[in-house]
Amino acid sequence: MTANLAGSRRTGLALLEERVTLKQGAGGRAMRALIEDIFLDGAPELSPKDVGPLAMDDGAALWIGDRWVVVTTDSHVVHPIFFPGGDIGRLSICGTVNDLAMMGATDVLALTCGAILEEGFPRTDLERVRASMAEACRESGAPIVTGDTKVMGRGEIDGIVLNTTGVAVTNRIVRDCGLRPGDRIVVTGAIGDHGLAIMAARHQLALEGDLRSDVAPINGLIRAALESAGESIVAMKDPTRGGLSSALHEMADKSRVGILLEETRVPVHDAVRAAGDLLGIDPLHVANEGKAVIGVAPEAAELLVETLRAHPLGREAAIVGTCLAERPGQIVLDTGFGRRLLAEPEGEPLPRIC
Amino acid sequence: MPDALPTAAESRLDSAIRQLKFRDPETARKLAGTIARVTKEIGRSPVSVMHVCGSHEQAIAKFGLRATFPKDLNVIMGPGCPVCITDMPEVDEGVALARQGLLIASYGDMLKVRGTVQSLNDAQADGADVAVVYSASQAVELARSTDREVVFFATGFETTAVATAAVIRSNPPKNFSVLSAHKYIPPVMEIVAEMPENRVEGFLAAGHAATITGWGIFEAFAEKHRLPVVVAGFEPLDILAGLARLVELVRDREPAVVNMFPRCVTKEGNRRAQEELWSVFRPVGGRWRGIAHVPNGNLRLRDEWAHLDARRRFPIDLASLWDYAPSALTADCICGDIMSGIASPSNCKLFGKECVPDTPVGACMVSSEGTCKIWHQYGGHPDLGAL
Repeated sequence: MTANLAGSRRTGLALLEERVTLKQGAGGRAMRALIEDIFLDGAPELSPKDVGPLAMDDGAALWIGDRWVVVTTDSHVVHPIFFPGGDIGRLSICGTVNDLAMMGATDVLALTCGAILEEGFPRTDLERVRASMAEACRESGAPIVTGDTKVMGRGEIDGIVLNTTGVAVTNRIVRDCGLRPGDRIVVTGAIGDHGLAIMAARHQLALEGDLRSDVAPINGLIRAALESAGESIVAMKDPTRGGLSSALHEMADKSRVGILLEETRVPVHDAVRAAGDLLGIDPLHVANEGKAVIGVAPEAAELLVETLRAHPLGREAAIVGTCLAERPGQIVLDTGFGRRLLAEPEGEPLPRIC
Repeated sequence: MPDALPTAAESRLDSAIRQLKFRDPETARKLAGTIARVTKEIGRSPVSVMHVCGSHEQAIAKFGLRATFPKDLNVIMGPGCPVCITDMPEVDEGVALARQGLLIASYGDMLKVRGTVQSLNDAQADGADVAVVYSASQAVELARSTDREVVFFATGFETTAVATAAVIRSNPPKNFSVLSAHKYIPPVMEIVAEMPENRVEGFLAAGHAATITGWGIFEAFAEKHRLPVVVAGFEPLDILAGLARLVELVRDREPAVVNMFPRCVTKEGNRRAQEELWSVFRPVGGRWRGIAHVPNGNLRLRDEWAHLDARRRFPIDLASLWDYAPSALTADCICGDIMSGIASPSNCKLFGKECVPDTPVGACMVSSEGTCKIWHQYGGHPDLGAL
C-alpha cells in the first residue's frame, strides 16, 4: 500500500497529499487510502475469530466467552445541523446504532456521547438536539450510559460536533465481505434521500417540500431480516458516505466479486432523482442514514424482501442486483437503456453530509 | 429556510420531475432495436456518425447507451465541448491580462485549462486576481462593485455567446470589457465533414444550439456535403430516436435535415437572439484547440463595440509568459485527436493515470462536457456486452 502510494505521488495521481483535504473525509477511495496509510499503521493483531480495524468493516467484533462484543464509534459533523427530516442529534444516534446492526448486533447494550460545542452555541438549539437524541434512543432501544462535554472557543469548531460510541453483543456476525457469485443484492428502501435533502437545504433551493432525510435507526428492521432469512444473509453494509455506489464498491472489492446493479430497480423518489439532475449529483453517490444494503443467497431473496416490506422502515425494499464471478471489485450498472461501469465516488460533491 | 427563493426553485424541481417521463426503458429498447436493424440493412462496417455536443456524450455515457449500439455503428464524439476547444493562445491572452493586474472573470472550468504554459488558476496562485462567474451578467455585476478593470473571458458556443451579446448591449459600466473566445458550431462541421480520417456519414446536431440558430441553418450544409443532419435533444430517448432517424437517412442516402427535437427547436430558431448575436459579433477564422484553423469559427466583437473589446483596449503582453516551461506531459496528450473524432480516451496513455479530473493534463479532462472527464466519471466504455 505505502509503496504504491509513494509511486502514485510521483506520477501526480496523489491520493494522499501533503495536507488533509475534505475529499479524504467524504467516503470513497481517498478516505480509505488516508485511513490505511495513517491510522492502520501498526494496528493490533487480533485472534482469528475477531474482526479488527484492518477489516475496515462497520465496527469491531471481539470474541468473548461464547459470543461477540461489537463496538463502533462515529463522529457527526453536518451542515446545516437542522435539516428536513432530522438533525445532528438524531443522526448521531442512528449512525452508531445502524453500524452495530450492520455487524449483526441489533440489540444495543449501551451508547456513549461526547459533545464538543462552540462558544456561543444557542442553548435552545442544544436542547432541541438533546430531545432529538432521546427520541432516537427510544425508537432504537439504545440507552446513553455515559458522556462527555467540551467547549471550544468561537471559530475553533463549527457549532457542534457529536461523537457516539456503541456496544452490543451478538451470537452471529455479518461481515461486509461475504458476497459470492449468484448472491442477490437487496436495498431496504429508497436511495439518496438524506444526501439530496441536505444539499437542497444547504443550497437554499427550497426544494425540501418533497425532500426529507431518511435518518432512522434500522436495528429493528435488520433484526426482523436476520430472524427471517437467517444464514442466507451473507453481507451487510449501510450506504452512508459515498452512498450506494461506495458501499457496493467496498463490498465487491472485499468479496472479490463483481456486481450487476439494475438502476431501474433501485428505488429512488422522483423528487430525489429530479433534484439530483438539477444539481448534477447522482443519487447513487450520496449518503443514506436509514438504509441497508444486504447480500443474500438467491433462494432467500424474495422472502427477505417480503419481510423487509412488512416493516414500516422497509416498505420500499427491493432486489437491485446480482453478484458476478466476472469483473471482481467492479459495479456494472444496467441503466435500463444500456450498461456502463459505475465509477466509485472520490468524495462527496459537498463536504460534511453526515 | 428563507422565503425569498422558493418559487423559481420549486418550478425548477417540477420541471425536472416532468423531464423524467422521457426515460422509458421499453421505448429505448425498441429504438435500440431499430438502430441495430437499420445499421445491418446498410450493409457496411463500420457506419460512422458524429455528434457535435458534449451534452450528447454525457447522456450517452450516463445512460450506458454506447453498450446498446451495434458493433457496426461507430458513434463518434465531435468537437462539442466549449472549454476543450478554446485554443491555448486564447487562454494565454487571458493569463497575460491577469498577470498585468486586471481582474479576470470567467466560468469555473476555464480556470483549470492550461494555455501554452499556465492556466488562470496558475496565474492566480502567482498572485493574479481571477474570479469565477456563472453568467455574463454576473461579470457585469462584478464590474459594478469595483473600480478595477474587469475583463470577462467569454467562452462557449452560440448559446452562451447570445448571453454575452445581451450584456454588451445593455450599457455595461466603463470598467467592463470582454475577451471573446466564443465559437460558432456550423463552420466546424464543414471541417469535420471533409476530414478523410473520419468518414462521417451523418451528424447528430446539438438541440440547444439549434434552439438559437434554428434547424434550417443545416440545410445548405446537408446539400453541399450530401450528408444527413438530425437535430436531437438530450434525454436518452431523444438521442436514440435521433440516431434511429439518422441511420435511416444514411441507409436511404438521403441528405436531409430532420428535427427530432421539435419541443424546443423550430426551423427559424430564436430570431431575436440571432439579431442580438450578430449585432455584437462577427465571425472570423481562427484556431480551435486540436482541430486547426476553422474559417468563420470564432466570434469577435464588431467595430462598434471596440470600446468593450479587451483585445483593443489593453496591450496583451504574451512575452511575459514565456519564462515558464510547458509541462512535459502535454506532449503525450491526444485531446486534439479525441476532439476531431479520430481517437477515444482509452487510446491515451495518460487517461485515468497522470490525467484525472483533479489534475487534468488536457482540456478534455476539465469540463463536465469534456469527453475524457465524461468517460472518467462514468467508468469509461469497456465491452460489457458479454455479461
